[in-house]
Amino acid sequence: MAMPHNDQGPAIEARELVREFRKGPRAVDGIDIAVSTGEIYGFLGPNGAGKSTTVLMLTTLLPPTAGSATVGGFDISRESAQVRASIGAALQEAALDAILTGREHLKLQATLQGLPARRRTERTQELLERVGLSEAADRRVGGYSGGMKRRLDLALALVHEPRILFLDEPTTGLDPQSRAALWEEVERLARDEGMTVFLTTQYLEEADALADRIGIIDQGKIVAEGTPARLKAEIGSPSVEVTPAEKDDLGLLGELLDGFGESKRGSNGSVTVQLPGGEAALAEIVRVLDSNNLRVETLQLHQPSLDDVFLAKTGRKLEGAGA
Amino acid sequence: MVAQTSLFEQVGAVARRSAVGAFRQRALLFFPMLFPLILFAINGSALSKVTEIPGFPTHSYRAFLLAMPFVQGAMFVSINAGTSLARDVETGFLNRLALTPLRSEAMLLGQLGGALVLGTVQAIVYLLVGIATGVTFASGVGGVLVLLLLSITISFAFATLGGLLALRLGSGEAIQGIFPLLFVTLFLSSSSLPRNLIKAEWFKEVATYNPVSYLLEGLRSLVIQGWNAQALAKGFGFSIALATICLLLARPAMKSRLVRT
Repeated sequence: MAMPHNDQGPAIEARELVREFRKGPRAVDGIDIAVSTGEIYGFLGPNGAGKSTTVLMLTTLLPPTAGSATVGGFDISRESAQVRASIGAALQEAALDAILTGREHLKLQATLQGLPARRRTERTQELLERVGLSEAADRRVGGYSGGMKRRLDLALALVHEPRILFLDEPTTGLDPQSRAALWEEVERLARDEGMTVFLTTQYLEEADALADRIGIIDQGKIVAEGTPARLKAEIGSPSVEVTPAEKDDLGLLGELLDGFGESKRGSNGSVTVQLPGGEAALAEIVRVLDSNNLRVETLQLHQPSLDDVFLAKTGRKLEGAGA
Repeated sequence: MVAQTSLFEQVGAVARRSAVGAFRQRALLFFPMLFPLILFAINGSALSKVTEIPGFPTHSYRAFLLAMPFVQGAMFVSINAGTSLARDVETGFLNRLALTPLRSEAMLLGQLGGALVLGTVQAIVYLLVGIATGVTFASGVGGVLVLLLLSITISFAFATLGGLLALRLGSGEAIQGIFPLLFVTLFLSSSSLPRNLIKAEWFKEVATYNPVSYLLEGLRSLVIQGWNAQALAKGFGFSIALATICLLLARPAMKSRLVRT
């Protein structure tokens, strides 16, 4: 395994990274990223935002037009062989050979990654077991389901025990069960093996569930960055939505909630109020409603979502933003 | 220091994958091998009277015609090599390989290695069919071995052409679209008649300038003439020249396909 110049620095660092395509827009427009060792960094954005182009540059498969980046302490332009030795990558749409079996894929990868001959079979078996493909190991990949292909893709990225893992939209098109299994494995890699994970996704819940920090990219620029909690807190306060048991109480409910902020009546017979002071006001709301003998059918606390963050930063909803 | 296997081991690993892929797709293996044999059977029987033309070099038209399946099979090998490499470009498998310490030469030679295995199997089948249909070899057992060697060299040369086209075009469909053009060169050669017996002047001229004629004549000389140094030199020479030119052009194309910073 290649040794980094500096173990203390960020595992991934990009400075003013740009990629321009001929006759096309700037796919990546001067982004700065710093990912710490052992961190899961979620790179969130709609289709065409520049996520995959960034991954291709960071994995040395595409030269940047301007700017610089280091991965594992190595410069992506000048020390690309060392970068490749430090990373594993499962790129968009698992590129597998339908004619080969899962085991043959892993053995080929182990040979090309320079594993000693006696270690190849051992490592292949280890990875097949880890990703739950032992039983299907000798079946041709053409007959695998989407989830199995993604798991094999992940195993292939891990053959040479890299310190940094790039996953480009790893769960796109997967059923919820396969998605959850992959999330679990990614979390395990970061938690138990201290692996740094750079994960691109267009799924809000994926970024929210997995990432320690999130960078939101839109039209080639990073528009927001931070922990999911901080990003959500940045754009607004939580809100409480109350539905009275009796419709006649809607007016009184509105008056009572106005004491906590400007209330809005919903079309579904509920009243919502923003809580600028945070969710601490929730207990007081319950006390006020109770002391006024107002019977409540439902009371819901809504936290801001990453979709709200995306909307606030770009003026668009994430779903369908790339279209 | 980046861990790396030897060039030999890398070529072996890629060639193994290529050969396994070729043999598992039986339809791609069987039908291209069968087609030249069907033509051999039809022409060998229907055109047997051609040997009565004064000056025809042999009394057995099958013996004359046997070289054709070898070259035709080699052309099919080129398509196989080309389309499988183009598929790797299209599916992104080449990107996966680009992330390993695989040398571009190893990728190219490995891919051709698989085609070579396929070409060898085809050559043995054509040889056995020739023997089974009564063809004798004027150059003896040694000539049969040289015939196999020349046939494998021709297969390798056409495979490099297929590889070059794949790397330049990056599309399996484009390779298959070009294949009929390659086939035309076979029919515009001395595949059915010796060049000196072709009556149409333009055809004779084209066949003389067509390198495929010399590949056929090199193979054919071992069957009907015995040891003809000039024919063999031209056969080996043209196939080695084709392979060299294609490899020289394919190397930078492979480097840019295996694009790495």
